[in-house]
Amino acid sequence: MNQQALVLQDVRKRFGQTDIINGVNLEIVAGERHALIGPNGAGKSTTFNLISGRFPVSAGSISLNGSDITNKEPQVINRLGLSRSFQITNIFPKLSVFENLRCSVLWALGYRYSFFRRMSALNDVRESAEKTLTMIGLENRREKMAGELTYAEQRALEIGITIASGANVILLDEPTAGMSRSETDAAVALIHRVTEGKTLLMVEHDMGVVFNIADRISVLVYGQVIATGTPNEIRMNKKVQEAYLGSESDEDGEVPA
Amino acid sequence: MEFFLITLLNSLSYGLLLFMLSSGLTLIFSMMGVLNFAHASFYMLGAYFAYQTGLVVGFWPALFLAPLLVGIVGAVTERYGLRKVHQFGHVAELLFTFGLAYVIEEIVHIIWGRAPVDYRIPESLDFTLFTLYNTQYPAYRAFMMIVSVGMLISLFLVLTKTRIGMIVQASLTHPHMVQALGHNVPRVFMLVFAGGCALAGLAGVLGGNLFITEPGMAFAVGSIVFVVVVLGGMGSLVGAFIASLLIGAIQTFSVALDLSFIDLMTALGVTIDPDSGWYGGLSITISQTAPVLPYLLMVLMLIVRPRGLMGTRES
Amino acid sequence: MNDMFNKGRLVLWSFVALIFVVLPFIFSGGFSLSMLSQMGIMIIFVLSYNMLLGQTGLLSFGHAVYFGLGAFMTAHAINFVEAGTLGLPISLMPLIGGLTGLCFGLLLGFVTTRRPGTPFAMISLGIAEMVAASALMFTTFFGGEGGIVTNRTAGGAVWGVSYGPQIQVYYLIAVWCFLSMVLMFAITRTPLGRIANAVRDNPERAQFVGYNPTRVRWLMMSLAGFFAGIGGALATINYEIITAEALGLMASGNVVLMAFIGGIGQFWGPMIGAVLVTLLQSALSNFTQAWLLYFGLLFLLIILYSPGGISNLISIHVPVWRAGLIKKLLPSYGYALLTGFVTLLGVVGGIEMLYRGTLFGGINDGTTWVIAALLICVGGFFLKRAIGSVRRVWEDMSPDLARWV
Repeated sequence: MNQQALVLQDVRKRFGQTDIINGVNLEIVAGERHALIGPNGAGKSTTFNLISGRFPVSAGSISLNGSDITNKEPQVINRLGLSRSFQITNIFPKLSVFENLRCSVLWALGYRYSFFRRMSALNDVRESAEKTLTMIGLENRREKMAGELTYAEQRALEIGITIASGANVILLDEPTAGMSRSETDAAVALIHRVTEGKTLLMVEHDMGVVFNIADRISVLVYGQVIATGTPNEIRMNKKVQEAYLGSESDEDGEVPA
Repeated sequence: MEFFLITLLNSLSYGLLLFMLSSGLTLIFSMMGVLNFAHASFYMLGAYFAYQTGLVVGFWPALFLAPLLVGIVGAVTERYGLRKVHQFGHVAELLFTFGLAYVIEEIVHIIWGRAPVDYRIPESLDFTLFTLYNTQYPAYRAFMMIVSVGMLISLFLVLTKTRIGMIVQASLTHPHMVQALGHNVPRVFMLVFAGGCALAGLAGVLGGNLFITEPGMAFAVGSIVFVVVVLGGMGSLVGAFIASLLIGAIQTFSVALDLSFIDLMTALGVTIDPDSGWYGGLSITISQTAPVLPYLLMVLMLIVRPRGLMGTRES
Repeated sequence: MNDMFNKGRLVLWSFVALIFVVLPFIFSGGFSLSMLSQMGIMIIFVLSYNMLLGQTGLLSFGHAVYFGLGAFMTAHAINFVEAGTLGLPISLMPLIGGLTGLCFGLLLGFVTTRRPGTPFAMISLGIAEMVAASALMFTTFFGGEGGIVTNRTAGGAVWGVSYGPQIQVYYLIAVWCFLSMVLMFAITRTPLGRIANAVRDNPERAQFVGYNPTRVRWLMMSLAGFFAGIGGALATINYEIITAEALGLMASGNVVLMAFIGGIGQFWGPMIGAVLVTLLQSALSNFTQAWLLYFGLLFLLIILYSPGGISNLISIHVPVWRAGLIKKLLPSYGYALLTGFVTLLGVVGGIEMLYRGTLFGGINDGTTWVIAALLICVGGFFLKRAIGSVRRVWEDMSPDLARWV
């Protein structure tokens, strides 16, 4: 069943007089791991922000699992099954690591705005948070205030918060930004683990990570998708080479891995 | 007709005074993101300093000395207080200025007592400029307007025509960039804060003897200035100008209008039974609602358009 | 581990309840009883305020509106009881106040909580001014300048309790205060309470885990209004009169001061502020006219040097206690206290003298001025060094402390 998890149709966005997104068409198949790459300023983060409802679109439509989510509020989109991480770490700094994860599952488990139930008695919340805590490998940081973690730990927590609610469409915005080689390898392994059986759309600059994880890649240049395909197809694609290297590329040049 | 013209002139002078106050506040807010709760306290200090120095050197030197003194107090406050709190965030800065307002008020209490001081219009200005119909229009109000307008024109010129003005303007929207370009942004901040306070002080010098000079004056004017800034849009001088005149007009006109809903009904030929339950509510006159009107406007604006009339930033 | 926490907490709450019961026997004078009653009311008020500030990140300059409206509604309710048209016992009157606060919290909160941060602070100020200004307009509800007077013994004695004597009123306040404390604490441990913290820390992130920050703020505002209204009702019962001052800016500003001085980062922090400020307000105002100035200065000092308030100052010492290193701090603390005291003497002396004779009309004695100035300069100079040594001791200790934090 090749259902479309996420479809963007002719999405456009302008800020003031500038067109940042110039008609993006993207189809993410359910269960695939899809990477969005492109030169700086191409509009990748903006695309994410449009999908997740952080900014309204100027034109076009976005649908999630078949239902239209264009211009809906972020929490509404989140409740429909889409979760995202942020490029600049966006956690709850004054809450403990465990608390961060607990807060991430509350809505998904249906507790809404309840002020009648004791958190400590909610076993499903605790178990779910524990499970995520183990998955992201921060068990020994359980009670530490999130604002005091190291950068890589915060990035791991960021991913943890994103997947904790069990959403089946996950957007990761430059998850390995600023990481060292070993931290990146650990992050890649983590991403593989947590996106098992889910749909992943990832923005990344590190080509090693991209080719390691992605089933398919889309290339965004000046607010438009110029190519979509498997990693090999993208490597060989002339337009992509031009975008990254300029038009003086060799006949059989490749996009550097 | 007479009523309208006189009230219009009064609202103009009051509105210009408000603009002097709110322009300082807007500058400080735009540049430093700090909403200076104590701004009206500097207004009060201006009046008191003018009174005190006036006793020694007379009104005219005091006109220059008092704002200068207030500016110095402002600079010291920024350097040793606000700058220190800056690291704790906007909320802490807001609270600092909040506490400062308390402290300044109490210090004024100690030094000058709780009763109003006899800060009077100087004799040289205490005459009637002209008589419109039957009402005499005091020269002092005209003087106030002239000084206000003059001050604001010079402010405008300084901001747009001088180098320091350019830096200030740039720092209004992009303080980090300006600092990266090598300018001493903390010093610019201190200057702007001191300047804003001096403006407030000047307003105090002018307004203090027209309206009464007493410790409660900061409180009375302070809230109105906030209304003006919110209405006009935090960060916009033009917005503050429009809003100042608007609020000035609303306050001046509404206080003078002793009309109620009942009067309107009577004018339309409808009589309402005095014994009916509604009579009490409907007989409230506009002048009675006058205190509420500015705040009502502000709340409405904050709900409908938090940016204000011309604002560029919400917070 | 859950069990251990529960037992420990149960003991703590029982201890608190015990303190409430026992206090009037320790401080039994009429003056003390009034002050304890006032403290109880303020504790409810400031804790309700911290639901907004410390827990949800909403800085409100108009919280007294809910306190005041609850108080006024209760006053009218009691007068209805007096007139025989309402049959509610006085003991349950705080519910009226609470419900009033809740309703207005829902109503006003709906429009005010759409934006956080500075716009919210401004709008809360605007609403406070509006309500305070309307208080003089709607004289039937607000009683004009004189306010509304009421009789707390209305309705006769229930089970022998008439609320005539102050001790009975104290216990009423104590019961409601304890209940409110427990409830407000419990709320912090519910999903709403936790999400409110999340919204405080990062409203955008809260959206992306499925929550509408505006809805969260609105609910917290309504709940805070509920408890503030309870406080207001108790104030009406205690003083038997309520005026528009109770919902004015002074009262709202007061609760901000209390919360901050006490410390908004811990649940119990604001309570310290409420107790301290009430104490100082009553006690100091007997000795000096300058108490408001001292307040303002204390507030400024806290903002400048310890924005976490007194509770923060206490809690940073907990790891030191656990590590057994308190003794290391004592010498430098003693030094700082001594020099601080000397400086304080000079400052207080100066301020008091200013109050007793105005600056520009004959001052009594030149030498006292010189002494005050000397105390300030010398004390201040050594105080600076003392603070430096305190800092150094803390720095030296920090590697040892790392394990205990």
